[in-house]
Amino acid sequence: MIDTLLIPFLKILIVLNATLVAVTYMVLLERKVIAWAQSRLGPMRVGPYGILQPVADAIKLMLKEDITPVRADKWVFTAAPIISMVPALIVYAVIPFGPTVSLFGRQVTLYITDINVGLLYIVSVASVGVYGIILAGYASNSKFPLLASLRASAQLISYEVCVTLSLVSIILMSGSLSMVSIVRAQESQGLWYMFVQPFAFGIFIIGSLAETNRAPFDMPEAEQELTGGFHTEYSGMRFALFFLAEYANMIVVSSVATTLFLGGWLRPFPGVAALSFLDFVPSWTWFLIKSFVFLYVFIWIRATLPRYRYDQLMRLGWKVLIPLAIINLVVTGIVKVLIS
Amino acid sequence: MSSTGNALDTPATVRGAMFDTNELVINMGPQHPSTHGVLRVVLRLDGEKVVDADVVIGYLHRGIEKLSENRNWTQIILLTDRMDYVAAATSNVGYCETVEKLMAIEVPRRARYVRTILCELQRIASHCLWIGTHAMDIGAMTVFLYAFRERELILDLFEEMCGARLTYNSMRIGGLPQDLPPGWDKKVLQFCDIMTEKVTEYEELLTHNRIWLERTKSIGLITGAQAVALGLSGPPLRGSGVPRDVRKDEPYAAYDEMEFDVPVGTAGDTYDRYLVRMEEFRQSIRIIRQAMEGIPEGPIVGKVPRLIKPAAGETYHAIESPKGELGYFIVSDGKSTNPYRFRVRPPSFCNLQGLRPLIKGHLIADVVALIGSLDVVLGEVDR
Repeated sequence: MIDTLLIPFLKILIVLNATLVAVTYMVLLERKVIAWAQSRLGPMRVGPYGILQPVADAIKLMLKEDITPVRADKWVFTAAPIISMVPALIVYAVIPFGPTVSLFGRQVTLYITDINVGLLYIVSVASVGVYGIILAGYASNSKFPLLASLRASAQLISYEVCVTLSLVSIILMSGSLSMVSIVRAQESQGLWYMFVQPFAFGIFIIGSLAETNRAPFDMPEAEQELTGGFHTEYSGMRFALFFLAEYANMIVVSSVATTLFLGGWLRPFPGVAALSFLDFVPSWTWFLIKSFVFLYVFIWIRATLPRYRYDQLMRLGWKVLIPLAIINLVVTGIVKVLIS
Repeated sequence: MSSTGNALDTPATVRGAMFDTNELVINMGPQHPSTHGVLRVVLRLDGEKVVDADVVIGYLHRGIEKLSENRNWTQIILLTDRMDYVAAATSNVGYCETVEKLMAIEVPRRARYVRTILCELQRIASHCLWIGTHAMDIGAMTVFLYAFRERELILDLFEEMCGARLTYNSMRIGGLPQDLPPGWDKKVLQFCDIMTEKVTEYEELLTHNRIWLERTKSIGLITGAQAVALGLSGPPLRGSGVPRDVRKDEPYAAYDEMEFDVPVGTAGDTYDRYLVRMEEFRQSIRIIRQAMEGIPEGPIVGKVPRLIKPAAGETYHAIESPKGELGYFIVSDGKSTNPYRFRVRPPSFCNLQGLRPLIKGHLIADVVALIGSLDVVLGEVDR
């Protein structure tokens, strides 16, 4: 009873809440980091150094009037933010934050579940999120959101190809689709896949920037051109859901990148025994640190780079990244066969 | 702006390809974040491609020209502030020099030097605002805040000089309202040092940035001949390789005593216009340093009659504002204490004429880049 129901339930509760809190603080972190990059202070008013800003934001967004445009398609308009938020959250089911640890005399795994097609699950669930964006643009019955959502769908679909192709080379390396097994494989091979598969890593990072609609690929919400993008007509909590979904997706992508390329919960250089004194650090701390580095880089990029134009972005995706990913995949396969 | 075939017409159905497609008419502005004020652009889109555009202006029209015909000669200085409000001192200088030309007033050398310094400070301030918003339109938001940080320093200098931060009213016919405050010259030189460093910083972020290059190279190409035909002036004209600069060609203030280069582009695209303005930052700093070094002592106001009442006649005088050639055409009837006719040749208005031919055939994302690249100020377009 405890093992089959209570513990999974508690884990889901913790992961879900931790994620939502992380997402709100992600917004604050982004504002702070960008502010520092731009020689400003960022939010400073709510609480010391503005640390209560997310609370204030949440209250504000909940109290705002929730407007549905008269000419909008009401049902779809309501469903769209939910469709974009939910996939971002349920992906966490298979992300391993750590190995099995003993807690209160019990063996507890630091992940909700480990299914044998974990990676496939992530790729397929994450791609459902794009429906939220398309439907939002369509249901708003307005030109700017429509243009933005068309951009978004084309962008997400094309970048999913190269991201998935880069993941396939990881599958070739580890011989498994299970997230936990992929980390275990990195442990036994003694090297993070980032160093073995630098091209796949690069493609994944660029592709995931595009997939999460982050700068320099934040086309769907290019505020300068499309006045806010696909969520122009949204207000209040529904707008917040889109916003949160974007940040939740960023965290998902960082977690996936950490698991696949940076050895998940493993300490640096898992193959070097001389560094085993680092083992006193709890494994999940490594996971969080690595994910944080990714998130920081995402924010950093946003503060630095201008935005690609839509056609240039598609060109980059189809003409550079996808061929590169395919070549990388073929080379990985050949090397793998030659070695074995 | 004149247009044959109004973009507001019912969208045409494009027959071709596999399906019939409709053109989409999109209204950008007058309250759009990147039309820099109240510019309205009606775009006819084929997908994301701009088929045609209609530029609608007049949302900020305050009738400054007509208003000026009912104000006395001194009061008009204050109105010129409200034209190009990001470079108010330049407008002041332009107007005062026109009246001085009309009345043949000799301006003391010190006053002319101070005017040169103010004009160049103003050029840097205006270019700071341009680089900030232009980069912001293309998505590089950090440059915006960096540029505003430096612009703030200039505003502080102006505040010390004349008490205002935006609409300075900083000139008088025949000279200056007051002498430079003590210690101001040191602060200006200090600012020059800071600015030299910061321009390099902006360039590090943009000039060799791959994305920036892709977004600006061969976007909005315009040849020198076309630019002249459209009546462009300032950086948009020089970006196309035409070395026209009023400061060199018809020197005013103390520019004839300054040494500086006029940067010109080669291709005439958005990137060249960007490079031209970046180089102008440096040239402006160079001019300020020279002027600060060579500034003579002496009176700051020439011999001006107590009642300003030019003899009957007319005159045109142009200066190089940060946006381009800013000209004043003034007619005096010699009887009243206000001009009979007051007409401004605003660089922003003339440069804006280039927008329609420039954006045709480009993508919607380029429209904002091109508006930014022309660097218009709507206060000056509409007056």
